[in-house]
Amino acid sequence: MSFSPASEAAITVFGLTNKRPPIGQTGKHLTAFATIGRFFIGFFAQVGQLSLFIAETGKAIVRGPFYFRMIGQQIIRIGYLSLPVVALTSFFTGGALAIQIYYGGNQFNSETIVSTIVALGITRELGPVFGGLMLAGRVSAAIAAEIGTMRVTEQIDALTTLSTDPFKYLIAPRVIAATLCMPVLALVADIIGVFGGFVVSTQSFGFNAAIYVQSTVNFLSFDDISSGLIKALMFGFIIATMGCYNGYYSKGGAQGVGRATTNAVVTASILILAANYLMTSLLFSA
Amino acid sequence: MSEKITLSNVHKTFGTKKVLRGVNLSVDEGQSLVVIGGSGSGKSVMLKSILGLLHPEQGSIKIDGTETVGLARNQRQEIDAQMGMLFQNGALFDSLPVWRNVAFQAIQNQGFSEADARDQAVDSLALVGLGPELLDLYPASLSGGMHKRVGLARAIACKPKIIFFDEPTTGLDPIMTDVINHLIRDCVQELGATTLTITHDMTSVRAIADKTALLYKGEIIWHGNAEELAASDDPFLLQFVNGLAEGPIEVEGQQISAAGEGQ
Repeated sequence: MSFSPASEAAITVFGLTNKRPPIGQTGKHLTAFATIGRFFIGFFAQVGQLSLFIAETGKAIVRGPFYFRMIGQQIIRIGYLSLPVVALTSFFTGGALAIQIYYGGNQFNSETIVSTIVALGITRELGPVFGGLMLAGRVSAAIAAEIGTMRVTEQIDALTTLSTDPFKYLIAPRVIAATLCMPVLALVADIIGVFGGFVVSTQSFGFNAAIYVQSTVNFLSFDDISSGLIKALMFGFIIATMGCYNGYYSKGGAQGVGRATTNAVVTASILILAANYLMTSLLFSA
Repeated sequence: MSEKITLSNVHKTFGTKKVLRGVNLSVDEGQSLVVIGGSGSGKSVMLKSILGLLHPEQGSIKIDGTETVGLARNQRQEIDAQMGMLFQNGALFDSLPVWRNVAFQAIQNQGFSEADARDQAVDSLALVGLGPELLDLYPASLSGGMHKRVGLARAIACKPKIIFFDEPTTGLDPIMTDVINHLIRDCVQELGATTLTITHDMTSVRAIADKTALLYKGEIIWHGNAEELAASDDPFLLQFVNGLAEGPIEVEGQQISAAGEGQ
């Protein structure tokens, strides 16, 4: 589905306004203002276009037809195939965190402190954020490259002429799959991250395994885990949306697809970090 | 004969570039119209405007008498259902095997079972001279000619009343060009469909056109049937048909080339 003629016209107007004017005598004096103006107009045009894209995606997710086969495929590609990457990342992160806390905490009463801080750090922050960033690199890039290639080879136009809405067939299944899979991946990251800290603590620092597990279980609350999973839900949405958005509007052949892929990873990563800050503020200020 | 497709005063602009400047065109039911024109003349934009992939700022596009300009995608599903399209490079879905490409509409929109859809794909491929051994291959393993033929099979699979062909023979060798032209002719006759083809290949024009129109700088500047095409002394048409560098048609990028040679 493409945007309405009115929306398309608005985007065209922004694009037109965004063109660099010829530099004459007057143009030279106004260059600084024109540059600032172009930046803001371009920025707001992008924000507007992204908002319309998210609105269309929302409509496609709520209204049928639903392509369950496509959703299933995407769950396997986005969720299942990302498990090794997320697991390895969180294992090493948990281990590194344990080392930092052990040496930074004067090694005094560190059995309880290391286990507690590793568990909190992984479940509240590092599990979902690192998992999200790894998925931004792996999944967002793959989605942008695939949809971008479909755009430049006219496959998306072909879908439309075959009476199939690209938002329902291509975009919605990827956004649904990523949004559902990311909390599960974050949970896996939590478990393996805590396990990474456990392995390093017991093998390198000689901690007692039973005490380490006991203090982890005693200190960790349901809210610590659920806050990370709520964040992960949002990160999954961001990852798929940025991949789809950049791919859907890619143009200019192979170079354009490459640019779309880079933009997808960069924007998804920045938005994940920004969303993490905002959600942490909201969840923990209450 | 009633008019199946009618374009009146269609304008389309990208930024400051006016691509269509008031296109007027009609295709009668059962007729094969070929629109010729050089690169950048607006042929693809005109076709995409008819298909609803682009939205003209001004003018009217009627299909079977129904105005389509301003219709949202979900409002033109009935119109879309009676149209088939062969894209320039086939535009086959890379992730699907040949049979799922050909039977795409039957599976997604017409509720065919997988077995029935596969049978439909076999029948459609047979119409374009391809056997069932291709069914499970992926588009990446097909040659350029096969790509076109599978694309054609997909375009005619649901027996559309209107079929569009975008540069159907571009990039093919002369023998495959002739094969595709004959397939288009045969399929169209078999289905009794109305067709609109855009091309700059005069061999295709002679093989498949009932009527021809010349698009230049976003306007239809000549149209007529095969006899009128052969007899015309229109200087624009003569230059294009005979493939001459000299003439009233400005060659895109000529000034750039000349400047480049001078350096």
